[in-house]
Amino acid sequence: MNRSETYRSFTMATWLGWQVESNWTDPFLFSIYVIIKPLASAAILVVMYSIITKGNYDSPLFPYIYLGNAFYIYVGSVMTGVSWAVIEDREHYKTLKYMYIAPISIPFYLLGRGVSRFLVGTVAVIVTLTAGKLFLHVPLDITQVNWGLFFVSLFVGVTLLAMMGLILASITLMLVHHDFFIGEAVASALYLFSGAIFPLEVLPAWLRPIGFAMPITYWLELMRRSLIGNVAEVFPTLAKFSNGDLLGILTGLTILFAIVSIFTFRWCDHRARERGLIDRVTNY
Amino acid sequence: MKANVSLAFSASKKVTGWRLFLKTIAARAYPRVIGMQREKSWMFFDVFLPMLAVSAYVFVYRAIGAPEEYVGFVVVGGAMTAFWLNILWSMSSQLYWEKEQGNLALYIMAPNSMMAVLLGMALGGLVATALRAFAIIILGSLLFQVQYSITSFTQLIVVFMLAMTALYGMGMMSASLFLLLSREAWHLANLAQEPVYLVSGFYFPIKSFNFWIAAASSLIPLTLGLDAMRQLIFPSGVLLGFLSVKVEITVLIILCMFFLAGAKFLLDHMEKLAIREGRITENRR
Repeated sequence: MNRSETYRSFTMATWLGWQVESNWTDPFLFSIYVIIKPLASAAILVVMYSIITKGNYDSPLFPYIYLGNAFYIYVGSVMTGVSWAVIEDREHYKTLKYMYIAPISIPFYLLGRGVSRFLVGTVAVIVTLTAGKLFLHVPLDITQVNWGLFFVSLFVGVTLLAMMGLILASITLMLVHHDFFIGEAVASALYLFSGAIFPLEVLPAWLRPIGFAMPITYWLELMRRSLIGNVAEVFPTLAKFSNGDLLGILTGLTILFAIVSIFTFRWCDHRARERGLIDRVTNY
Repeated sequence: MKANVSLAFSASKKVTGWRLFLKTIAARAYPRVIGMQREKSWMFFDVFLPMLAVSAYVFVYRAIGAPEEYVGFVVVGGAMTAFWLNILWSMSSQLYWEKEQGNLALYIMAPNSMMAVLLGMALGGLVATALRAFAIIILGSLLFQVQYSITSFTQLIVVFMLAMTALYGMGMMSASLFLLLSREAWHLANLAQEPVYLVSGFYFPIKSFNFWIAAASSLIPLTLGLDAMRQLIFPSGVLLGFLSVKVEITVLIILCMFFLAGAKFLLDHMEKLAIREGRITENRR
C-alpha cells in the first residue's frame, strides 16, 4: 500500500464524514445540536449530585464525576463514529460497495470517517468543561494543568478509541442493520465499568476486575490527573500507579488494540467479501 | 393456482368504515407486537442497554450517598426510557423510515386511514415496549433490591394508562410533523433523547426543578406520569412529588385530549402538505 493512498483515503473520508455530519441543516441549528446533547447529559448528573449533596460542589467527587463524563463524550463519538460509518455507507447511502471498488484503503477510510465525530466531540467536551468551570466551580485552573500529560494522554486515548472503533466496524461488516446496538452496547458497558462517573470502589468487588481490564479506565484517570491532579489522586482506585505507569499501561493497551484491530479487520473483511455482505441492505 | 383464487376472492371483499379502520390498526400493530419478538437480539438489547444506564446511575447515587429510594426512582425512570425511545425512534421518525424504504407511498395510496396506521403503530409499540419496560423493572428491582409500597393500584393503573395514551398521542402528532422531514429526522430524534431525560426527571424527582421549569416539562406526558407513579409506589414518593396525584391525573387527561386531537388535525394537514409539496416519495439522503 503506498503512502498517498492511505493519506488520500483518510483525508477524503474526513471531509466526507464532516459533510455527512453537518450539512443536514444550517450552521446555527447544527451548533445547538452539538452543544445541547452533551450539556443535557452532564446536567442530569449535576442535578442528581446537587439534590443529594445540597449543592456541595467542593467535594472531590464532583469534579471526578464531571470530568469523567465530559471526556467520555469521546468514547461515544470516536469509537461509535468509526463503526457507524459501515452502517451508514452500506445500509443508508448504499455506497460501501463503491468504496470497496475505489482505489482507497478501507481501514483508513473508516478511521477518517471517525475524525468528524472526533471534531464534533471536541467541541462538546470544550463546551462541557467551560460550563463546569464557569457555572459549577469545577476546579480547573489552566495555569495548573499538566499540558504535556494532557495532550499525550488525549492523543493516545483517542488513538485507542479509534482502534476499538475499527474492531467494532470490522465486526459490523458481518452483521445486519440492527448492529447499531453493538456500538451503543459497548459504549454503555464502558460507561458503567470504566469508572467514568463513579470510582470503581462503588462497584461490587466481583465486578471491579472488569473495570481494571478496560483501557478507558486508565485513560480517564490520566485525563483527570492532567487537569486537576491533586483532586483526582484522592480516590484510591488507581492511586498506586504513577502518571508514568498509567501512560505506559495505556500505550501498551493501545498498541495491543491496534494489532488486534488489524487482524480483526482482515478476517472480517475477508469473510464479508466471501459471503457477499458488502452490498447487503437488510432494511431492518 | 388455488392460492391465486383465494387472493382474488379476498381482494374482492370490500371492507370499509370502522371495520377497515380496526383491521388497519390490527395490521399495523401486528409487526410491532409479534414481529419484534421474533428478533431475539432486539429484545435482549432493548432490556440490556437501559439496564446498563440504570446501573450506572444507581452507582452514581450510591457513590454520593443517596437514600435508597433514589435507586428505585432510577429503576422506574430507566424502565420509562424504553417508552420515550419507542416514541422517538418508532413513532416520530417512523414515517420518515417508511419513506426511506418506499412504504409511505403505499400507505397513502391504500384505501385505509393514516390515523388508523398511526394508532396501530402506537398500540403495537406500546404493547411491545411495555414488555421491555416490565423486564427492566423486574431485573432492576432484583439486582438493586428495590422496595415498593403501592398505595393505590387503581390510581397506578389509571396514571399509567393516561400517561401512555397522552405519550403515544404525542408520538402520533410528532410523526405527522416528521412526515415533512428527511435526513434531519434522524438528528432531531437523536437530539430529543438526553434533554428529555433531563427535563422529565427520568433519574431524579422533577420537584428538584424550579416550579415553572417543572410545569413546562409537564407538557411531556411522561414527566407527570413518572412523578405520579413514583408517588404511588414509593413511601417517600409523596414528599418528593411535584403536584398531588389527583392534579396530575387531571392534567394527564387534558394532555390526552390535546395530543390525540392534535395528532388528527396535524396528520390531515401535514399529509395534504406533503402530497402537495411532493415529499411523500422524496428521498433526500
